[in-house]
Amino acid sequence: MSQQSVLYDVPGPRQKRITLIASVIIAIGLLAGAYYFIYVPLDDKGQLAMELWGPLIDPSNEYFSQVWDRIGTGVKNTLTAAVLAIITSLVVGTLLAVLRIQLKELNRRRFVGLATPLAYLLRGLTIALTTVTRICVEVFRGLPVVLTIFFVARGLPEFGVSMDTLWYLVIGLTVYNSVVIGEILRSGMEGLPPGQREAAAAIGLSPRQTTMIVLLPQAYRIMLPALISQLVVVLKDTSLGFIISYEETLNIGKQIIGALSNPIQVYVVIAVLFIAVNYSLSKLAQYVQRRLARGRKTAGTPAQQPPVAALVAQAEGAGGGAGGL
Amino acid sequence: MSVIFDRFDVFAGGFWLTLQICVLAATGALILGAVVAVLRISPVPPLRAVGTAYVTVFRNMPLTLVMFFSAFALPALGSNADFLRIPLLDLLFTRLGTDLPYFRFALIALVLYTAAFVCEALRSGVNAVSAGQAEAARSLGMTFTQNLRYVVLPQSWKASVVPLGSVIIAMIKNSALIGFFGVVGDLSQTADQLTSAEGLAFVPVAIGVSIGYLIMTVPLGALLDRIERRQAVAAR
Repeated sequence: MSQQSVLYDVPGPRQKRITLIASVIIAIGLLAGAYYFIYVPLDDKGQLAMELWGPLIDPSNEYFSQVWDRIGTGVKNTLTAAVLAIITSLVVGTLLAVLRIQLKELNRRRFVGLATPLAYLLRGLTIALTTVTRICVEVFRGLPVVLTIFFVARGLPEFGVSMDTLWYLVIGLTVYNSVVIGEILRSGMEGLPPGQREAAAAIGLSPRQTTMIVLLPQAYRIMLPALISQLVVVLKDTSLGFIISYEETLNIGKQIIGALSNPIQVYVVIAVLFIAVNYSLSKLAQYVQRRLARGRKTAGTPAQQPPVAALVAQAEGAGGGAGGL
Repeated sequence: MSVIFDRFDVFAGGFWLTLQICVLAATGALILGAVVAVLRISPVPPLRAVGTAYVTVFRNMPLTLVMFFSAFALPALGSNADFLRIPLLDLLFTRLGTDLPYFRFALIALVLYTAAFVCEALRSGVNAVSAGQAEAARSLGMTFTQNLRYVVLPQSWKASVVPLGSVIIAMIKNSALIGFFGVVGDLSQTADQLTSAEGLAFVPVAIGVSIGYLIMTVPLGALLDRIERRQAVAAR
């Protein structure tokens, strides 16, 4: 933001006039373009007719209450899935992050004092575990979330586990998001100044205590904005529930379209709903980040920036992931 | 496991189609994203507003919704996305020229959606260039365009590479959605087709399809990690 103002001079009177004129001309051009390329074709096809919009925006319409009742159910289902998924992924992600940090710690130990074969066995075991977790993280982070949901919904019944579609969706989302959250937390813990860990060791805390008491709380704090962005991602990803016919907002929208055949109108309404919720969430993330940066500054320590990848983590939207955390 | 080898041509075909749409969408998204990024930092308020609105809308909408929109709204606007049938290009990517428009709709949706994130990645790069650089350029009397072209953009490029790569990786994964949306023959649709219609064992097919995606995403992620680490060392 601050960069914008330094890219060009503060406009003088002449420049201000030019900018104003250009603004007006461009604004008129944009409006004309919108009119001729969007409004006119839509009007020609009768997409602005009241019988298509009515059930959604006109309270006196006979379908209005039914339609919004259904949309309400959809929103509720979407939120249920999103909340469950974010809670389970937080829990699993935290466990994963702690596990990976602990394993890294264990890798440094030489198990002096134990019998040589036992020491080698333990070291081999830690290395094997590290490799397995590493591979799991890479694989689940590299898979599209559509596919994990699809695999869960198609694969679990194959092994004789069958449950509600809600849980397929939640598990599919958790598999992916817990890995991402785990990596966010881990990079948060590893990004802390080394003095933190050293001080904890100096006062005699064990590695486990160091992680639980010193590192993890700070990682949560630094990574809070990234975690909120991840919430937006989860919310968007619940829309993938339609592939396993879970009744979330988009799927309900499809049912309404099936009954009233007004696709554009229904999708516009759903889009507005999504944008409103997600936009407020991203604003919240920005606010929290500013708050945290301010708190840091007054404490006299340099502000900890979350990694850039967290910034674009939202690109995941409907099933992707930041690769280079 | 023999399914993977028996039906290797199906998997390879799915991989090829996914790769094609990814290359096309990445190119389109980089171009459109750059345009939106320029809009967002331009000195003219309406252009900035358009850029901001674009990013807000597409960043907060699920890709699924964008895809449905492109499939329903474009025909309503009287277009079958025929403008994507670019001569020569539709010979190379045969799907662009076919009569079924789903490939083109999916491509448009992917480009529109990804461009918003490309814009943000580029902008974060511009913001990473220290303010003194732009100020120095301005005090030399450079105009806005010269400032961007000769001073800011060459430096911001470095800071944008890693976020841009993450966006592209995310896009590759997002492309899995097209198989559930009507495009026949990509990797994810292959998974659906082989397991439900042909009744093949689930696990081998899942492994085969997963490998297809991991081939594209994991090496790119590793490359980005490398670049990031080198930049971190250089910045010290």
